Amino acid sequence: MAKKSYRQAISEALRQEMERDHRVIVMGEDVAGGAGAAGEQDAWGGPLGVTKGLLPQFGRERVIDTPITESGFIGAAVGAAATGLRPVADLMFVDFMGVCFDQIFNQAAKFKYMFGGKATTPVVIRTMYGAGFRAASQHSQCLYNIFTHIPGLKVALPSNPYEAKGLMIQAIRDDDPVIFFEHKAMYDMEGEVPDEAYAIPFGQANVTREGDDATIIAFGRMVNFANDVADKLSKEGISCTVVDPRTTSPLDTETILETAAETGRVVVVDEAHPRCNMATDVSALICQEAFDKLKAPIKMVTAPHAPVPFSAALEDLYIPSMDKIEAAVRAVTGKSH
Amino acid sequence: MVMIREFEEAVHEEFSAGGIPGFVHLYAGEEASGVGICMHLNDDDYIASTHRGHGHCLAKDCDEHAMMLEIFGKKDGLCGGKGGSMHIADLSKGMMGANGIVGGGPPLICGAALTAKTLKTGGVAVAFVGDGASNQGTVFESYNLAKVLNLPAIFVVEDNGYAEATSSKYSVAGSQVNRGKGFDIPSVEVDGSDFFAVWEAAREAVERARAGGGPSLIHSRVLRYYGHFEGDAMTYRPGDEVSKYRAEKDPLMLFRRRVTEAGLLESGDLDEIERKTKDRIAQCVVEAKAAPQPTEADLLTDVYISY
Repeated sequence: MAKKSYRQAISEALRQEMERDHRVIVMGEDVAGGAGAAGEQDAWGGPLGVTKGLLPQFGRERVIDTPITESGFIGAAVGAAATGLRPVADLMFVDFMGVCFDQIFNQAAKFKYMFGGKATTPVVIRTMYGAGFRAASQHSQCLYNIFTHIPGLKVALPSNPYEAKGLMIQAIRDDDPVIFFEHKAMYDMEGEVPDEAYAIPFGQANVTREGDDATIIAFGRMVNFANDVADKLSKEGISCTVVDPRTTSPLDTETILETAAETGRVVVVDEAHPRCNMATDVSALICQEAFDKLKAPIKMVTAPHAPVPFSAALEDLYIPSMDKIEAAVRAVTGKSH
Repeated sequence: MVMIREFEEAVHEEFSAGGIPGFVHLYAGEEASGVGICMHLNDDDYIASTHRGHGHCLAKDCDEHAMMLEIFGKKDGLCGGKGGSMHIADLSKGMMGANGIVGGGPPLICGAALTAKTLKTGGVAVAFVGDGASNQGTVFESYNLAKVLNLPAIFVVEDNGYAEATSSKYSVAGSQVNRGKGFDIPSVEVDGSDFFAVWEAAREAVERARAGGGPSLIHSRVLRYYGHFEGDAMTYRPGDEVSKYRAEKDPLMLFRRRVTEAGLLESGDLDEIERKTKDRIAQCVVEAKAAPQPTEADLLTDVYISY
């Protein structure tokens, strides 16, 4: 199987779905790049080049650069979805969602329910999240927890290139609004990705490692950290199950509860701030449904309750590290060095 | 127009009697505006409405019976009792919803217009906003986006003089028409009580949009007979304002005078329409009161994910 980057995987998903369905369009700030400028033909493809190459193939009618007005164009994507297109809108950085949140949580998320089931809103909102880019407080947040809280939205968090392609294809084919989180530090990550189109169903967690001693439930980029920790600890005879929920909404509560019950020792890893995040949510779920199976208190590994710092030294301390995850696994299993 | 008037008068009465839950914002007095615009539209054209959405719904041919049930919160309402007065919608009629968010509609209409443009349906999309919403950033973003992408979008600012209780004289800087012109969007002001004036302005805008000529703006000056919401004591309005409107500028009266003087319609025929419509609405109210409530089983239908 061909090795492809996370960036290529997402781009390929978009291309294949645009070829398959003429209603799929891509819109957002600089998704082509250079509209109206001398270098117009396929200039940027978004600031990190994910949509590069789509413009020459599909043209300006379907690869639409918008002004930097998130309320306007995210709302337009929502309206277009409600009336017959299948737009993939690029919110660029999730940090910018503040200015268009109304169109997402008051409009897109509510149409189907509020209109008595007689509306569909097949919009995908792509957005970048996460720290590690030295991009500081306003370009590094996670925020998927906020969208997960809102009924009527689906939230996808692909953890590697294979997942990214399959989840993006599912997102585009889904009739409901999907917020698709791409970790900006993963775009160059490579992995095996089939050439053909395939969809990964939402709400089905992926168990990436199986073990007896502890269950690590991790989200997005953190799945890779958890896998590495599990690999490292396995050499010492500590075996871990690692669960990648893939989507935070819908959340595969069944797999989470099953794997938690199997080991009875749970670590939840979430790059977001510590309050009201996926880690607290999953921990509460396990405490409610499988408390009697726990052999140790659950450990949560998250970022601190602070904005993301700029300084490289500080940012490295900010991101949940493999060391912290390892320490948490050792703590729940009672197996120190 | 008669249907809207009778519908709103009935809702006013029923709300006062305590039969209707929640917030209700009435359109009575503004009928010529919505109807003058929507007469140019068909089911494939979209509109997005405001808090004050009943009139736009009816002008866009939504079913009055299902609307009345919806306003009463009943199971068989147009939106299954889940939307209510502020969120009535019927996508099959091109009605994208009254909107509980001031300024929420224009971006959505840009999207509907983008669909029409991309799929080459020949459709147009109309955003109704009030003078209050006209100050929201979403509205300016939509003017810009519609112009930049040359969308078949029409923005109708229905200016009834009050953003809730605050006068548009106080809250709107400059003029609506100049705002549109600032984006190079053809923009006109019309007397929104005059059906024929609105109809003519809308004809031009709709023709332009269908012909690929891009967006237009219509500043429609209208009159609001009731408060911002039902129950509003309207302490901010001069005591005789509404009675003067009703006596001098009532859109139904102006229409009747114009068509009878021109010999287009007989007064008796208009009386007959009014009588029949009144009966129809009275029947809708009776049926809405008797209609079943939604049950617990309906609470979690149409959420995408249930836990």
